Amino acid sequence: MDELVVEFLTETNESIQELDLDIVHLEQNPNDKNLLSKIFRLMHTIKGTCGFLGLPRLEKVAHRAENVLGRFRDGDLEVTPAYVTLILESIDRIKLIVSGLEQNGAEPEGDDTALIEKLDSVYEGRDTGASTAATAPASTPEDEIFVPVPAFATGPAPEEKAEAKPEMKAEIKTEHKEDAQKESALAAQTLRVNVDVIENLMTMVSELVLTRNQLLQISRTQTQTDFSAPLQRLNQVVSELQEGVMKTRMQPIGNAWAKLPRIIRDLAHELGKKIDLVMEGQETELDRQVLELIKDPLTHMVRNSADHGIEDPKSRATAGKNETGKILLQAFHEGGHIIIRIADDGKGLPLDKIRRKILKNGLATEEELAQMTPQQIQQFIFRAGFSTAEQVTSVSGRGVGMDVVRTNIERIGGSIELKSVEGKGSTFTIKIPLTLAIVSALIVESAGERFAIPQLAVRELVMVSSKSESKIETIRGAPVLRLRDRLLPLVSLSDLLKLKTTAQSAQASSRYIVVTQVGAYAFGIIVDRVFDTEEIVVKPVAKILRNLDLFSGNTILGDGSVIMILDPNGIARATGEIGSSDSMSQTTADDQDFGPKREKVALLLFSAGGSAPKAVPLSLVARLESIQMEHVENSSGQHVIQYRGHLMPLVSYGNSDLPSQGEKPVLVFSDKTHTVGIVVDEIIDIAEEYLEVELASDQKGLLGSAILHGKATDVIDVAYFLSSVNKNWFRDHGNDAYSKGAKSGARRILLVDDSPFFRNMLTPLLTVAGYQVTSLESAGEALKMCDRGEKFDVIISDIEMPDMDGFEFAQKVKAGSNWQNTPMVALTSHATAEDVNRGFAVGFKKYVAKFDRDTLLSTLSETITEQKMAAE
Amino acid sequence: MNALAQKNIMSPENNDAEASSTTTDLLTVMIGGQRFGIPILQVQDVLGEQTVTKIPLAPPEVAGSLNLRGRIVTAIDVRTRLALPAYEDSSHKRMGVVVEHDQELYSLVIDKVGDVMSLSADDFESNPPTLDPLWREVSAGIYRLQGELLVVLDIPRLLNLSHTS
Repeated sequence: MDELVVEFLTETNESIQELDLDIVHLEQNPNDKNLLSKIFRLMHTIKGTCGFLGLPRLEKVAHRAENVLGRFRDGDLEVTPAYVTLILESIDRIKLIVSGLEQNGAEPEGDDTALIEKLDSVYEGRDTGASTAATAPASTPEDEIFVPVPAFATGPAPEEKAEAKPEMKAEIKTEHKEDAQKESALAAQTLRVNVDVIENLMTMVSELVLTRNQLLQISRTQTQTDFSAPLQRLNQVVSELQEGVMKTRMQPIGNAWAKLPRIIRDLAHELGKKIDLVMEGQETELDRQVLELIKDPLTHMVRNSADHGIEDPKSRATAGKNETGKILLQAFHEGGHIIIRIADDGKGLPLDKIRRKILKNGLATEEELAQMTPQQIQQFIFRAGFSTAEQVTSVSGRGVGMDVVRTNIERIGGSIELKSVEGKGSTFTIKIPLTLAIVSALIVESAGERFAIPQLAVRELVMVSSKSESKIETIRGAPVLRLRDRLLPLVSLSDLLKLKTTAQSAQASSRYIVVTQVGAYAFGIIVDRVFDTEEIVVKPVAKILRNLDLFSGNTILGDGSVIMILDPNGIARATGEIGSSDSMSQTTADDQDFGPKREKVALLLFSAGGSAPKAVPLSLVARLESIQMEHVENSSGQHVIQYRGHLMPLVSYGNSDLPSQGEKPVLVFSDKTHTVGIVVDEIIDIAEEYLEVELASDQKGLLGSAILHGKATDVIDVAYFLSSVNKNWFRDHGNDAYSKGAKSGARRILLVDDSPFFRNMLTPLLTVAGYQVTSLESAGEALKMCDRGEKFDVIISDIEMPDMDGFEFAQKVKAGSNWQNTPMVALTSHATAEDVNRGFAVGFKKYVAKFDRDTLLSTLSETITEQKMAAE
Repeated sequence: MNALAQKNIMSPENNDAEASSTTTDLLTVMIGGQRFGIPILQVQDVLGEQTVTKIPLAPPEVAGSLNLRGRIVTAIDVRTRLALPAYEDSSHKRMGVVVEHDQELYSLVIDKVGDVMSLSADDFESNPPTLDPLWREVSAGIYRLQGELLVVLDIPRLLNLSHTS
């Protein structure tokens, strides 16, 4: 069965159980507004999910029931026992269909028109409570006849079913009982524990860890005692216990996202929009309970973005946007928080519409509105019963939306932030605190004070002293460190925290650099001393200190002292680097559709060959050297210099002749095997700016111009210079010189998929896994590439594609093309046994589900290995 | 002026609870030669000299944080909060009164802890309008004692540092 369906079943079974209870409560207090809203939302969720999974029968029933519930909720209709019976009847029908689905993997056939008619008549007000009361208890025999009986689980012909009708009536009763006993085989696999229990357990474990740390600290100061051995054992057990408890709570957030691509895909089809969903940080681990609670809100919000946010292709084109709208879903840790961001580049929140709606619903007066900022007005979307969609679609727009989202998030102590610019898009940022998490931290000292840095952000430690090889250098006062072919920007912790430098620390001959990585941004923190690492429990700082961005919390160390925990993100921000947007640039690099990138880039400014200053991204520069021109030699028509035991080719910027005398700065670019130096006139500065290249230049060697420090600056195309010196430079890299991850001789993969979303999702995934990926949107293009004689190690192809589908493509490839020996892997979102067989028949080697990234990766490596063995 | 007048009206009402009972128990503390009272029910603990961890970039009133039996307590230097000069005699051991506010613990660093006093509502006065505005902010009222006056500290207001920074 489809994983999505399984998940849906588990979820629905739970919801139905809840519903049953709630409706009974409702009968007792028919006018409980909260209860009505809750039932309505549950029904809404069932309906919504069914719509996406293609369960029309279920959707119809849920939709009609929701309509009726909607009237109850709005107070249009008095809740009478007769209506409650009717709703219960609908729920029973849903249960019936769900259990059929669970056993057969498909909706059982059946006729719901009678029920739907009843619901509709109530909804449209044609019915009075009395007549419903009369008909409701007498449910028609057809209702029950399709209760699946195990004997029929294999799917008998409909006629047989019809014949079996009379005998089955008796069995049905017992079947119901069994159902109740079983509840659901799926739900039984998981054990639901009250979050308080786990939370308590976690608190105890945290305290245990702290106490153990204190014991260990004491034992360190003592020579061998009788306690040593049991203490060792205790240490081990506590560690395991801690791990175990953590594990019970953590789950990657990707689990909650798994069905989103499908939902968006279907939604896009339904609404005639083009939407790309980009997901980042699926592996971010999240408390399981938290995950459960945010799952629905997230789905809701992404759905909202697609439904209300992204415009149809035509309006987008008119607005000068790319026809394909983009929804970005990001999750990452930030200090003691998990941040989930949902951003779209759609039309943003329409202020006028919100204003009108506020007035209409009497949420505020005209005068009050006039005083409000746009942000305050936007906040109204979080109020109950607020929806700006003009039409109620089957997708969203019933006013269940954002108030539920906010309630759910606030229930777990989180917060939600909204930023929206009309015409540009909206960004929702959900911040969920991790108030209690045990992390490993590095203890450092600066100006006599100790601080903890979460180990997670620490890449390495470097000791620097005036005598050692690595030392701190400055460019215009900005400290940097040469670290293995890279320049690392540095920040001094004592400066940052405005600590008074003690005489002792000022005189210290050696210091340490804590190389820290936040997103894609690496920097070094200068500290005086480094102690050991310690397991710490992050405790939130007191409220009056919350505004200190540089700390993510505080904790008690093994020796009993309190220590502040530094927040690497805060430090990155304080140094002017925006941490979170950096990670975004990595995936968007593969697709230029998303408009100009808005992240700050560290740039090295220099002057050479002309008046305009030149710039090059600092991260590309391995080293800065200055060389005596007298030492430059000539070898096979190229300028070279002896450098670190090798010959390094030199090229002058602008290809002017190299001066024969004097000292010149050289930018050294290097990878594993090659090194090239570009000789420039002067190094000017290092700037951190948003890099927006404005003019694509025709001039070779220039990417274009950008405004840096208020001056037009040429951004040079390093690739041009490197390949001008060494033709082989890019051979090992494909065309991916800027990607550090590219391994030489990487396996080449051709990815054919018509959905830009999957291309965008899989390309980075495969690239990170070390493959060189070429992605194409149609089989036709792929065949053209085949004719041109391109070679690939594996071809991954979608099955459902317009024009030429995957089967036809495979047939053509295998029918004597250049690629007939290249293994092909089929990628599909639904695979029936029939499809799989057909796939194998036309030449696919493997079948992989679209969302199963682990299987995809393992299948790829398997396939490549097999291919290699076969070749040898 | 308006706010001031309002405060004068408000203050006796604020202390209705105290006025209705015949006596109020206060822990008395000395800060800069002035006697202060802290409602005894709000006091969690009295600490001797403690090592505190300094918190860089924190407001000046925050003396640091310390470990009280596994809980982290934020120490507030009441002298700084009341705009009194720092204690001249640095060798003198100062003490801390731990109070809970908003589910968090704070240690009020003061010069010396005195006795617990049961004070009659008859001796209670609202803040005189001439009182220094900063002090008026953190004072819940004044008790007339024999030979001296006692200022009752309003803990939530004392811990509200938002306006000072």
